[in-house]
Amino acid sequence: MELHLILLFMICASVAAVESKDLISGVITLSAAGLGLSLAFLILKAPNLAITQLVVEILYVIILIRAIINKDLVLIKDGRWLFNTISTFLFIGSFLIFAFFALKELPNFGQPIMKVAGEYLKSGLGQTGSANIVTAITLNFRSLDTLVETAILFTAIIGVLAIIRKVGKIYDPEKGKR
Amino acid sequence: MCFVLFSIGLYCILRKRNIIKIIIGIVIVEYALNLFLILIGYRIHGRAPIVAQDQEILNMVDPLPQAMVSTSIVIGLAIIVVLISLAIRIYEKYGTFDITKIRRLKG
Amino acid sequence: MSNEKGMSLIVKTVTRLTFGLIIIYGIYIVLRGHISPGGGFAGGVIITLSFILLMLAFGKDNVLKKLNQSRCLTFSSLGALIFLFIATAGFINKQKAVGGKEHFAIFGAGLIPLCDIAVSVMVGTGLFLMFFALVLLVEEKEGK
Repeated sequence: MELHLILLFMICASVAAVESKDLISGVITLSAAGLGLSLAFLILKAPNLAITQLVVEILYVIILIRAIINKDLVLIKDGRWLFNTISTFLFIGSFLIFAFFALKELPNFGQPIMKVAGEYLKSGLGQTGSANIVTAITLNFRSLDTLVETAILFTAIIGVLAIIRKVGKIYDPEKGKR
Repeated sequence: MCFVLFSIGLYCILRKRNIIKIIIGIVIVEYALNLFLILIGYRIHGRAPIVAQDQEILNMVDPLPQAMVSTSIVIGLAIIVVLISLAIRIYEKYGTFDITKIRRLKG
Repeated sequence: MSNEKGMSLIVKTVTRLTFGLIIIYGIYIVLRGHISPGGGFAGGVIITLSFILLMLAFGKDNVLKKLNQSRCLTFSSLGALIFLFIATAGFINKQKAVGGKEHFAIFGAGLIPLCDIAVSVMVGTGLFLMFFALVLLVEEKEGK
């Protein structure tokens, strides 16, 4: 099945992204993983998310490369390497055990419980006039959710501007341009 | 298999010393969670949740997780951009991406 | 990356050809967000990417003539305010947002295209502003 192939591709790409010696190759393999995720969304019948994921992926790559250009990666290993590795693997192991128990409670793959979503599917076109049910949910049924999401994005933009803007005041205080 | 991806991201967050590597780990964890939520809502032989003209389709996949994940992607983008700007500021201040050296300089 | 002069002639020509197409594709995705897959956020990011492409190819100054920084901030705030007004209009009106009568038309879905346009304006200009701030910081550091 092609979904398993894409998942294998994503896992390989993320391992390469984590273990690469160079920062730029790490970012590019990360973008390969994001492309695999976009394809997986397309196979899982979510074209909205596929478009959004693809576009956001390009933005990630541009911003990350912009951030790490002309910078080096120093590989160091300090004395507590063994302790750190063992504790990390213990943490991941405990997480996997709990996830295995929690996975039994979920419905089987391919047969979701559609208590709320069935209602949306039935009355989506008639009440909102939008043929795309996902857009109908995000912008009409649950519009407050999208409102708060927009607020978060706007706050992030203002935060980035505030973080970046500090540079003028530190380095040339006598100009006072902003 | 999605949990394997999540584990890789978690390993990357906990183990690496570079800030950019930590950001990469956070992005991988976010991918894994989005994929898991979509996998819950998948229905075998389902259709995409878009109503076509002049026909009735009832076996659509679950549209609710897709809407939620669409929100999640946006919030992930906002978080990553703020993290990157913070990383750039840290690099400018300390001259390195290494988190242990940053700690030593601060104390 | 030489910021003032831009990239080579081939890149400039290809960018000049594809810039309009990309921005038209973004507007198409925004406007048909309720019929076909797409939506306000994806379309807004596509518009942002077209401007980022223009900036990477032609250098900083040519883009700044078209989109100033303060103008960017104004557009972004305007989009957010429009979306806030639309979203909170339901509280005042005490009834649900009116759905359109004719399906499968561009303006046949009530308030949803308006929401899409507002979100796309806010996202597009805001993300471009963010990218511009990052670029400016890198340049200041190199010139220092």
